[in-house]
Amino acid sequence: MISINAAVIDLKRLDLLADGDSQIHALDSRAKVLVTLVFIVSVVSFGRYEIVRLLPFFAYPAVMIALAGLPPLYIARKIALVSPFILMVGLFNPLFDRDVLYQICQVQISGGWISLFSLLVRSLLTVSAAFILVGTTGFTAVCQALQRLGTPQVFTVQLLFLHRYILVLADETGRASRARELRSCGKKGLGVASFGSLTGHLLLRTWLQAERIHTAMLARGFTGKFHVPRQSRFSADDILFVLGWSLLFISLRAADISDIIGALFS
Amino acid sequence: MSHHIVEARNLQHVYPDGTIAIKDVSFRITHGESVAIIGANGAGKSTLLQHLNGCLYPTSGQIRIGDTLLTKSTLPDIRRTVGMVFQYPDDQLFMPTVFEDVAFGPLNQGLSGSDLERRVTEALVQVGADHLRTKPPYHLSGGEKKRVAIATVLAMSPDILVMDEPTSGLDPFARRQLMSLLVEFKHTKIFTSHDLDMVLDLCHRTIILHDGMIMADGPTGEIFRNDALLAACRLEKPLSMQGCPLCNTDYATKPGN
Repeated sequence: MISINAAVIDLKRLDLLADGDSQIHALDSRAKVLVTLVFIVSVVSFGRYEIVRLLPFFAYPAVMIALAGLPPLYIARKIALVSPFILMVGLFNPLFDRDVLYQICQVQISGGWISLFSLLVRSLLTVSAAFILVGTTGFTAVCQALQRLGTPQVFTVQLLFLHRYILVLADETGRASRARELRSCGKKGLGVASFGSLTGHLLLRTWLQAERIHTAMLARGFTGKFHVPRQSRFSADDILFVLGWSLLFISLRAADISDIIGALFS
Repeated sequence: MSHHIVEARNLQHVYPDGTIAIKDVSFRITHGESVAIIGANGAGKSTLLQHLNGCLYPTSGQIRIGDTLLTKSTLPDIRRTVGMVFQYPDDQLFMPTVFEDVAFGPLNQGLSGSDLERRVTEALVQVGADHLRTKPPYHLSGGEKKRVAIATVLAMSPDILVMDEPTSGLDPFARRQLMSLLVEFKHTKIFTSHDLDMVLDLCHRTIILHDGMIMADGPTGEIFRNDALLAACRLEKPLSMQGCPLCNTDYATKPGN
C-alpha cells in the first residue's frame, strides 16, 4: 500500500518543516499561536454570504509562506486534501438556500452557492493558517504554547498523544494493507469481510503499540509535561509580530477595505 | 554506589487474565555486574524486566534499587537510576528528530540550554550516532535505530542499564558493533536475549527463567556446559560452544556429506 506509506511520510514532513531557521521559525511559539487565533476568529466571524472582504486575508498565508520558506506546493496539496470534506459540509447549501442574491446577465446566483463559496474561501484561509502554524512551529511546540497560554494540560497532552497515535495508526495501516494486498493475488481478497477483521486487528495492534510507546515515555521520566529544547521568551519581535498582524486582521474585519480603496479613487 | 544494586525478593506477577508470569523470583545483582536473563519464549523474561523500572508492579514481593524500595513515590528516582532499552526501537523513538528524542529524557529531568546540548551530544557520540542528530528516527536503519535508542537512555545518566533483546534484528556487523559498545559501558548491565553467543561474550553471570521461575543462577560458562539443564529449559548451547559442524567427525562421516 504505497499510497498510505507515502501519506505517512508526507504527514511527518510537516513536522520536519518546523526545524527551519527563518525569522518566522525563530519567533516564540505563543506569538504564532496568538496570531493564528486572531486570524481564524476574524475570518470565521464574517457573515455567511461574505466573499470579497475575505480576499485581503490571503495576504497572511502568502507572506508567511514566503518569509518562512515553506514549500507552497506542499501546503497547497495539504489544503487540497482537506477540501473534499469542506465541500461535503456545504454540499446542501445550494439546495436549501435558493434565494437569488445576484444576477449576472441571465445567470441567477442563489445565496446557497454564495455561502458555499464563502465557506470554501474561509476554510482555505483557516486551514492554511493552521498548516503554516504547525510547519513553522512544530506540533509539540504548538501544544506547549497552548499550555503556556492557559489551556489545561490535560487537553494539550491529549492532543500530543492523538498526534502520535495518528502516526502509529497510519504506519500500522500501511503494513496491514500491504500484507493483505500481497496475499490477495491482485484480486479483492475476501472483500469487505476481510476489512472488518483487519480494522479490528489494527485497533488492537495500535493500542498495544501506543501502550508500549507510553511505557517507553514513562521510563524516560515523562510525567505528563512536554518540554521542547527550544525554550523561547517573548521578545520585542514577538510583540511586534502579534500586534502588527492582529491590528491588520481586526482592521480588515471592522472596515471594508475595498470600499475605502474605492472611495480613494472615486 | 549502592544505587547500582538491583534486588528482587519473592517477586510474583499475575496478569489480569490470571496468567502467572513470574513465580517467587529472587536475585541480587551488584555493582558493575553484567547479567543475562535467558529462557524460552514465554518464560517471563520481558515481564521480569518491566518490573525493574516500575513499568509493571509486582502482584507480591519487592523490587529494590539500591536502598530504595520500588513504590509509586520512588518511581521518578528509580526511573532515573534504571535506564531501559526496549526490544523494538520503534517503540522507543517517538520525537521528530534524533536530537529531540535523545533530549526527551534529560528535558524531563529539568536540563536545558548548554547542559542539555552537552548531555545529548555526549550520549550520541558514545554510541557513534552524532552524525544522525538532525535526522528523523524513522529514516534510520535498524542498527542506527538501536544505537539511538541506547543513546536516549544513556542521556539520562542511568546507573543501571536494562536491555531487552539488544541484538535482535541486527545484521552480523551491526551486532558486533553493538556488542563492542556494550562491553565498554561500566554500568550494571542486565540483558534478556536469545543470542546466547552474545551472552557468553558480555555476561559473566546468567539467570535462567523457565515457566516464570528461576531454574539456575550462576557463572555463564558453567550454566552453558550443563546440557541437561539447557534441554530442560528449552535452550541450546551457544553456537560457539557447539564446535564447527564441518570439522565435527560425526557430521563429516554422515552419508551424503
